[in-house]
Amino acid sequence: MASNSEAGGSADYETLMSTSDVELLKRAWRNEKAAPEILQYEGALVQRAKEQIELVEETIEDYVENGIDPLVVSLYQMDLDRAQFLLRSYLRVRLLKIEKFMFHNLKSEEAERRLSEQEKVFATRCADDLAKHFEETVLLKLPENYQSVLKQSLISEVDDMVPQPHLDTFVVCRSKNFVSLNLYEEGESPETVEMERGDLYFIRYKIVKGAIESGQIDLI
Amino acid sequence: MAGQTDPHTSLFSPQEVEFMAEDELVEIVPNMNMEQLNFISGDFGRFIPQIPTKVPLWLAVALKRRGKCTFRPPGWMSVDNLTQILEAERESQSTFQALPFSYVEIARLLFDHARDDIPDMYMVRSLVEDIRDVRLHKLETNLGSFQGTSAVKISNVSAMEVNIVRPFVIRALEAFYKHDKPEADVDRDTRSSRQQREANNEPRRPLRQR
Repeated sequence: MASNSEAGGSADYETLMSTSDVELLKRAWRNEKAAPEILQYEGALVQRAKEQIELVEETIEDYVENGIDPLVVSLYQMDLDRAQFLLRSYLRVRLLKIEKFMFHNLKSEEAERRLSEQEKVFATRCADDLAKHFEETVLLKLPENYQSVLKQSLISEVDDMVPQPHLDTFVVCRSKNFVSLNLYEEGESPETVEMERGDLYFIRYKIVKGAIESGQIDLI
Repeated sequence: MAGQTDPHTSLFSPQEVEFMAEDELVEIVPNMNMEQLNFISGDFGRFIPQIPTKVPLWLAVALKRRGKCTFRPPGWMSVDNLTQILEAERESQSTFQALPFSYVEIARLLFDHARDDIPDMYMVRSLVEDIRDVRLHKLETNLGSFQGTSAVKISNVSAMEVNIVRPFVIRALEAFYKHDKPEADVDRDTRSSRQQREANNEPRRPLRQR
């Protein structure tokens, strides 16, 4: 049976839980749900989780055939269901965000880097379909200057028809270690907020964005 | 469907908050023999009659429902401890007492499935409910006294409580932040956020059918 990242045996349950793939997946799922923009795709984690899930599915089939105690089988099934829910919900939340900020994700290089290969394919196809739909139903019937999907009119300097993720929104977060963050940008007034381990904060997403990526802070 | 909670009510549905709490470890005393369970989420067992062992909450509830174990209520759930906490909560207007992050969910699941394993169950339950009320009330009154900042510390607030107040606090803090910024930024902000809201409505509508 696929084992978790740390050695088992007499390991402390706390450390085992904190490094298991399920725990990591739960963290990724929670962060993804709470963040206003799409986060880095956890390719390796998703791959490992998929493999473990498939392995357990096979094991359960074996157990059922061999007539293992149905209680044990049902418990394994429950654990499997939980892991599957996390994986599916994680992928679905990402898809939701991709659809919501479709054009933005394809335009911004930073966002594009965070998508997986399949997500990129999905996003391009979706964006193409949507653009075609808009063009055929509405845009081609508008006067010449207003036909772009991305701009309001030809005189707009920026792509102002593209909704952007709202990075100034607030999120609830908890830090794993002591961390000190700059509250304001561009050195306007160098106020910092210092978070002890385990403190909960309502804070502006932009401030903690870097710390989330490096894993120091979790979103709740 | 997984991942489809309505973002206007709260970020996580109560079931999802409970789902997250169900990974917390609790102590049970099995009354049967069972081999070690090698789950994706970890290894638990062996299960030997009368030998207490720690398992995740969801597993404990599943075993209890099939009559395979009894619960050992967590230390913080004693009448003495809860009475102390309740008094401390009532005394202080602005600070919250330290309780397990998922105390609401843990208490709820234990009351639903393991009443007979909790000594003085009715007392414990009424204490927990009182504590919840006092804390929620405290949260509501404190919300009225917000100033505009970029960071608000909320120590010792539990998962369920955070989830309940989250939408309101986020909108309030966003409004404060927007109005605190210099004038030029405000115009750009309102224009872009208005457009954001209009553009956002399109893709959202097809997903809302349940």
